[in-house]
Order: sequence, then structure tokens, then C-alpha cells
Amino acid sequence: MTDMAPIWLSFRLSLVTTAVLLLIAVPLANWLAHSRFRLKVVAETIISLPLVLPPTVLGFYLLLAFSPSNAFGQFLDRYLGLRLVFSFPGLVIASVLYSLPFMVNPLLAGFRALPSSLREASATLGKSGAYTLLNVLLPNIRGSLLTGIVLSFAHTMGEFGVVLMIGGNIPGKTRVASLALYDEVQSLNYHAANRYALILFASSFMILLLVYLLNHHFSKANPLP
Amino acid sequence: MNTYLSCRIRKTLHTAAGHRPLELSFELERGKLLAIHGPSGAGKTTLLRILAGLTDIDEGHIAGNGVIWRDTTLRVNIPARKRPVGMVFQDFALFPHLNVRENLEFALPSGEDPRVIPELIGLMELQSLQQARPAQLSGGQQQRVALGRAIVRKPELLLLDEPLSALDDEMRSRLQDYLLRAHRQFHLTTILVSHSLPEIFRLADEVIRLDKGRSIGRGTPAEIFLQQGSTDPFMLAGEVIDILDEGPSFTISVLCANTLLPVKTTPGQAARLRKGQKVMISSESFEPRILFMNEMSNKFDI
Repeated sequence: MTDMAPIWLSFRLSLVTTAVLLLIAVPLANWLAHSRFRLKVVAETIISLPLVLPPTVLGFYLLLAFSPSNAFGQFLDRYLGLRLVFSFPGLVIASVLYSLPFMVNPLLAGFRALPSSLREASATLGKSGAYTLLNVLLPNIRGSLLTGIVLSFAHTMGEFGVVLMIGGNIPGKTRVASLALYDEVQSLNYHAANRYALILFASSFMILLLVYLLNHHFSKANPLP
Repeated sequence: MNTYLSCRIRKTLHTAAGHRPLELSFELERGKLLAIHGPSGAGKTTLLRILAGLTDIDEGHIAGNGVIWRDTTLRVNIPARKRPVGMVFQDFALFPHLNVRENLEFALPSGEDPRVIPELIGLMELQSLQQARPAQLSGGQQQRVALGRAIVRKPELLLLDEPLSALDDEMRSRLQDYLLRAHRQFHLTTILVSHSLPEIFRLADEVIRLDKGRSIGRGTPAEIFLQQGSTDPFMLAGEVIDILDEGPSFTISVLCANTLLPVKTTPGQAARLRKGQKVMISSESFEPRILFMNEMSNKFDI
């Protein structure tokens, strides 16, 4: 019988990560799309770094930063009571950083494709920036929003290097599905490994299929006039 | 004079032809409809954007109804959303995810009387289109929605950026009616950017002619465009249709509107003409004469 705990943990991690990412990435992408801040390109580079960086590099530096033997880790432990290494909250923070470009970039592309007159019209109709973001911009980039949500979710489901570094593969606590699969292969237990692999494969396929179907639907529903 | 708007601005425009200043100073009486006319790149759209608060100025002062909207010396800058200004954009900027009625309702400030919505839907004759999305509407219908939406908030100043340019003559004429109706019924002060002389003559109380970022004339449409009066010959714009060699002289057939005018000319001038060329015909002492467009020194940039 396959231990389903790693699968559920992966789902939980993906859900929490995606929710946190939504809260961070929507205002961040809106700012990147519309700000005239000169160092914006540096911010864009940092956000996109996880696309090319080996996950273990990010995991390694987070491990160092969160470690109670370092100043930052000590500060978190002493003043906030947070010990992020080898814990679920640590996994969430690492996943959020690692999947940030998968949420920010589709949103950014969506915001940039909208005519600036939509924002300006909303402003001349007396609406604030936040109201415009929620009621004009986001409803018109639903396709990008959905792409960002699903890619972040799916990417977090498949994480390996970062979670191994910062989570440490503790059964029931930080052992996610991809780590459980690796463990089973290490123990030459190919039957169990295959189950994990199949579940990850099927869920990724279904998620992507859903994105393409819904994107197709949205692009037809509200075209720009 | 009951001044509504006073505007004294300087702003560097970044045009395809390089940097050039937009320098303008004018006042506008309450309830008037002012047209801004001028060639592309003259700064017409930028002026509207500055008044709406969408583009900032380098230096100057703008006040509406005695309230300062922007003053670079006093460092006052009222944001676009707090200015009593309605704007109709060149691309209409209707919200694609909302239907016609929802586009109008979007503009209704919270706590305001919602009866203005059906009133505007009636005024703009949009009753049968209330549930339609912008992408399903024709250009003229989108225009009416955009105009209605800009008025929901009951702005004091209405800005229109070439709103009728994309429409055919019949639709244009009907929309001019809607515009005049709205302007009067809601007691608006209106500024309209337009290229079309018939439109300006029909709608505007006054015109400012802009060229290269400066005002080169202000007055009633008649004063601005018919100022040639008795001292200048009358002129017609036309296109060369045919060039006929008749021995010592040539007869050039020029199409002006739908009328073909024969103009006698010399072999020297005829040699400089070709079919399809745009020319002006001037009449001096009842003798029609051809003028080349490049000799007109920008007198007419219609």
C-alpha cells in the first residue's frame, strides 16, 4: 500500500504556496507593468532568477539564511519564534521564492497587453489604483491569472532540490511526493516509486490540460473591442 | 466673462520630429464648447491628457472653477480621479468584461442617484444594447457608450479626443447631435480635439489652432477659418484629373469635391503637374489659377 502522506503534503504545500504567491505577485506584477522606477529591470531579473538557477543553489542559501547558527535565523528564532529550517513554513517560503517567476511573468505579460487607456479611463471615472486593479485589470487578464495559478501550483508539486535542501526529507513533515519517489527508487522499491511517479504525471497532465482549455475559453469570452 | 478653466502650461513633447515645447495659455468660459484644431504632433492629445491629469507638465498652472488642479510653483497636483473631468478616449477605452449598462454603472460614484444611468441610456439611445459587450458593438455604438460613461459622474469639464474620426459621415452627424444634446443637458464645458472643419463649425463656439505646440489663432470657427475675407482670393482644394495640350496653352481639369473645373495654364506650369496631384485653385479677377500645395506655406492644413 502506497503511503499517501507525501502526496497530500505536496498538495498542501502547492495550495498554500499558490495562495501566498497570488497575494504577493498581483501587486508586484502590477507595479512592474506600470511603474517608471528606473531599477525595475533589476527587480525583474531577481524575480526571474529561479528560472535559470539550479534549485539546490537557492535551497542552499535559504538553508544558510534560516539556520539558527546564523544571525538572521537567530533573529527569527529569538524574536518571532520561527524555526524555518526543516519545517513546513520554511518549505512554503522557499517554494514561494522558487515559483515566483511562474506567477509574476504571466501576470506581467497580461498587464502589459492591456491598453493603458483602460487604467486611465478608470482614473478619470474617479476610481483608485487598487479599485482599478481589482475591477478592471484583473478581470481582463483572467487567462494570465489562471496560467499563473496553475503553473505555480504544478511547479510546486514537482519541486525537488529546494525542498530537499530546506526541508530535509522528514517523513510526515517535509517529505513531499517527489522526495518520496526518490527514496523509493533509492531503496529499489520500483513498484511504489512508479505509483508516486504516475500520480505526479497524471496530476500535472490534468492541470495543464485544464489551463489550455480554460485559456481557450477566456480568449473567446471577452476579446478587446 | 464667467471663466471656468484657466490654463497656462509648458511641457516638452517627445515627437517623432524630436523634442519640442508645448506652450499654451488660455481661459475658457463656463458652458462653452472649444475645439482644438491642428496637424498631427501639434500637442492636441497631450493638452487633453494634461487637463485630465494623465500627463504632467514641466511648468504652469491649471485651475477649474477657481480650484487649482495643478500648479508647479505651489506644488499642487490633484490626481486624475479627483478632477471633475470626463474624458472620451480615441479608442473609447470601454471595459471589455462589462456590458453596456455595467460600463455606465462602473462610473457611478457610491451614494449617487442611480437614475442618471437610465437617463443616459435613453439620451444615447442605447436601450436595446444594454446587455451587449463592447466587442459586439459598432464604432458608433461604442462611441455613444463612451460618451455616456464619461458623463455619468456629471463632470464639469468634458474632454473629447477626436471621438468621431473613425466614423462615416452619417454616423458622425448623428453623434454630433448626441454630443450637443449631452453638452447642453448636463451644462458641460467641453473641449473637443477635431480635424474636421464641418464638425468644428457645427459644434464649436470657439477654436484654438495649434501648430508645433503653440496657439496660432483663437476665435470663432468663422473668424479662424474664413478670415481670408475680401482681401484674399477664394481657394479650392482639388486633384488634377487630366492635362490637355492645346497648342500655346494647356487646360488642366481639376476635381474639386464633385465638380470638374477646367483651368487654363502655361506649358511651364503644366510640365510641373501630373495626374492625381493635389493642388489649390485660386481665383483672382475671375481667372482661376493653380497653386502648388508646397507654395501654400501651411496656410491650409485641412
